[in-house]
Amino acid sequence: MGEEPLHRALGLTDDELEAIRATLGRDPNPNELAMYGAMWSEHCSYKSSKIHLRRLPTQGPHVLVGPGQDAGVVDVGDGLAVAFKMESHSHPSAIEPYQGAATGIGGIVRDIVAMGARPIASLDPLMFGPLTEERNRWLLEGVVAGIGGYGNCIGVPTVGGEVKFAEPHSTNPAINVMCVGIAPVGRLITADRQVHEGSLMVLIGASTGRDGIGGVSVLASRTIEEDAAESRPSVQIGDPFAEKLAIEACMELVERDLLEGLQDLGGAGLTCAVSESTARARLGVELNLDAVPLREPNLEVFEILTSESQERMLAIVRPELLDDVREVCTRWGLASAVVGKMVPGGKLTVERGGKVVAEVPARSLADEGPVYERTIEPPRGFAEILEDDPTFATVTADPREAFFAVLSSPNIASKRFVWEQYDYVVQGGTVVGPSADAAILRLDGTLKAIALSTDGKGRFGHLDPYLGAAHAVAEAARNVAVMGAEPLAITNCMNFGNPERPEVMWQFAESIQGMADACRAFGTPVTGGNVSFYNESGGSAIWPTPVIGMLGLIDDYRLLARPGFPEPRLLVYLLGETFAELGGSEFADVVLGRISGRPPALDLEREGALHGALIEAARGDLVASAHDCSDGGLAVALAESAMAGGTGFALALPGDVPWYVTLFAESASRAVVSVSPDRAGDLEALASAHRVPFSRIGETGGPRMVFDTLFETTVEEARAAYEEAIPKLLSG
Amino acid sequence: MSEGRPRVGVVTFPGSLDDRDALWAVAFMGGEGVPLWHADHDLSGVDAVLLPGGFSYGDYLRTGAIARFAPIMEEVRDFVESGAPVVGICNGFQILCEAGLLPGALIRNRTLRFICRSVDVRVETSLSSLTEGLVPGEVLRIPVKHGEGQFVASSKDLERIEGEGLVTFRYCAPDGTVDDEHNVNGSANGIAGVRNARGNVVGLMPHPEHAVDPDVGPTGGQPLLASLLSRALMRS
Repeated sequence: MGEEPLHRALGLTDDELEAIRATLGRDPNPNELAMYGAMWSEHCSYKSSKIHLRRLPTQGPHVLVGPGQDAGVVDVGDGLAVAFKMESHSHPSAIEPYQGAATGIGGIVRDIVAMGARPIASLDPLMFGPLTEERNRWLLEGVVAGIGGYGNCIGVPTVGGEVKFAEPHSTNPAINVMCVGIAPVGRLITADRQVHEGSLMVLIGASTGRDGIGGVSVLASRTIEEDAAESRPSVQIGDPFAEKLAIEACMELVERDLLEGLQDLGGAGLTCAVSESTARARLGVELNLDAVPLREPNLEVFEILTSESQERMLAIVRPELLDDVREVCTRWGLASAVVGKMVPGGKLTVERGGKVVAEVPARSLADEGPVYERTIEPPRGFAEILEDDPTFATVTADPREAFFAVLSSPNIASKRFVWEQYDYVVQGGTVVGPSADAAILRLDGTLKAIALSTDGKGRFGHLDPYLGAAHAVAEAARNVAVMGAEPLAITNCMNFGNPERPEVMWQFAESIQGMADACRAFGTPVTGGNVSFYNESGGSAIWPTPVIGMLGLIDDYRLLARPGFPEPRLLVYLLGETFAELGGSEFADVVLGRISGRPPALDLEREGALHGALIEAARGDLVASAHDCSDGGLAVALAESAMAGGTGFALALPGDVPWYVTLFAESASRAVVSVSPDRAGDLEALASAHRVPFSRIGETGGPRMVFDTLFETTVEEARAAYEEAIPKLLSG
Repeated sequence: MSEGRPRVGVVTFPGSLDDRDALWAVAFMGGEGVPLWHADHDLSGVDAVLLPGGFSYGDYLRTGAIARFAPIMEEVRDFVESGAPVVGICNGFQILCEAGLLPGALIRNRTLRFICRSVDVRVETSLSSLTEGLVPGEVLRIPVKHGEGQFVASSKDLERIEGEGLVTFRYCAPDGTVDDEHNVNGSANGIAGVRNARGNVVGLMPHPEHAVDPDVGPTGGQPLLASLLSRALMRS
């Protein structure tokens, strides 16, 4: 048995090795190979996704920084900018849920800090296998505790996200995290900032150890198979206290304008931070590894270069400001070390013990990785799944039983168990926390607020990846619009299987097209994001799931609309139309036992019209409540409004449509609103002006929820089912 | 001293999280918030001191166990001696217990999970710098957010705490009933906050600084901070 060549062990193909040889004009040494192995990994280089990502719209009037930097940045007026980005930490979390999730928070928070912005909120979209399996319960408990353990300790409120369950996530949970930060526009640290020759690279924060070596190539760019537990040493260990100190120190450095550049050390560690900063500055660098503070003395060169030890930042500083920078770090109890100097040329030269141990063009690492146009092919059996549409099934279920089955399905049921473990209060800006359509955070010193929502539609994506992605964007935009916020821009995390399989690449290409079309329609450009491939085991991939992180803006947060029915004797309207579309619905899954058929259609123009109507209704203080109508259908939307406001309702059903379509179809572009009777005319006029179909479907009041003559229950009975479902499953 | 507003010092330890929020809340309630730094031997002549929530030094040892040794804690001790009002919220409460300025200790919640929730607490005494002017029995809605908020004390200490009326707040139902269901973290006798014998030092797990502005939460913290400010004003 021949020994595997080093480049292959590092995840590089033979062709990639040839490309490196061509760039250097010689054979790379092992240190250089390790650097290329990390930077040209799928995780860092986006080599399979790049050509598709180019199709996404990235420009818009509000966009200050688009994809390619640590985070996207959007102008929200009043001289303020919002930085936001989403990432995944799925592979580490599958192996070691607490630390995997915790360090995921740490990484995305540092991305925001690197833009010069103060992190003000996190959101965590999570996808697990069914809670009936013990391992999935262990993963959920560990991930949630890790998010809380880290996020709560750094003082960044966790204000939202979502938790979804599906069988394909049993081996591959998808753990995404979004962070949002704020900065005065003038204080942002973007690639436009000039970096001078002679400036110094200062490594701030934790010392460098052996943890996380190979994180990007071993964990993030391969599938997880049976030997996964052996990869545990590749999972990093988080120290949220060190992160909190790093945040405060960096904020002070930024506020005092002491920096030319700032970057976090995440995937691929020092190699990534140094090569990206250097390439961006169009300079070269002399990196001295002897100056890097180490946790143990005998680290190899490649270990120092690729270690993913957490809570480290790389600052670029003018020599005359070095003392000031180090004083700030010392006051916050952080180590700082000058590890490099910017020089002309474009070379990244690494020295140790007075010898050059690696010398490569910085750009070749950061910007000139391979680009693949991988084969694309729709999966076999795809047409059959679409044809098997539950919309045409014979439904014998009892309406009341169906209602409770859907309401207590873990996908629909209350996620209180999860979000009560997160501090969503700290920093004092949370106007609306995790339980509504979107989280609302006010911007200090103004009446403005940002609205944040994350949405993934894995089941729809499984049935039709184009529609799944488009629905995810539509729902995310609807979730901010329903509260009165204008959708501004998105970030995303693309959760997919192995890109070397043509079916996965087809799903990816379709999803990108769906996202691109929806983003264009709503005027919400993509400002960045993350691609997470290789979410599969034994040839079975997760459903193609782009998760959208939407940023919206409200001019006056006092006018926001909330989901709960606030009082009796309000008229309840459904904005939008319900069609006979049960494919991919929660009802079809939990009541009919079928995950098949076509997902609901999506008319992007009608969807956009609904957003416009909702925003205007909120601004005009016209509606008493407003709530997105999607997962679980109308029945769930009504129940959630009733539970949130503590007020019941009576519903009149249309006679000519089957009850299960009216109550449980998940047709797009709908919202449930309540309005006082004297404003009903205004609401109807507004809806008509926006060409949004509407129907008056009931009235609020009393402790009961009356579904016409079909069945009735009480708000409290529904609440018990809704609240207890997940805790019950978790107790085994 | 600006326009005779009471000055409340808020100490920032490494790992403090709600320090900025406390400064903001003091200002919102009409006081002047004064940032204080853990490594200084200086209280800047403030009229009251507030130790905020957070995870000082990461709380990797016992909560508050390291912060009690911070240089500024010597000044806080003298300040307490002088009868001045000192309030510890959440991690600040834990620090005051570790420093021996308040009785009892705080351990992990009964559920072993972090909990963030708005709860109801019943005021048990008006003899403290946070509850002056409040009527015992009054119910206030205030958020808690902690992983280690379960109040415990030896049976002898607990007897003394109860006997001397040192319990300042208890978790309760919205109607004021103290029962196990509303005991959010399993605290002994539902204790949410205690005072010292003199009443100038108070610690509590709920966060009054996050309960002053109706735009972002409940308002049960308003009367508490108002009481603190009026105490502080008397000293200024």
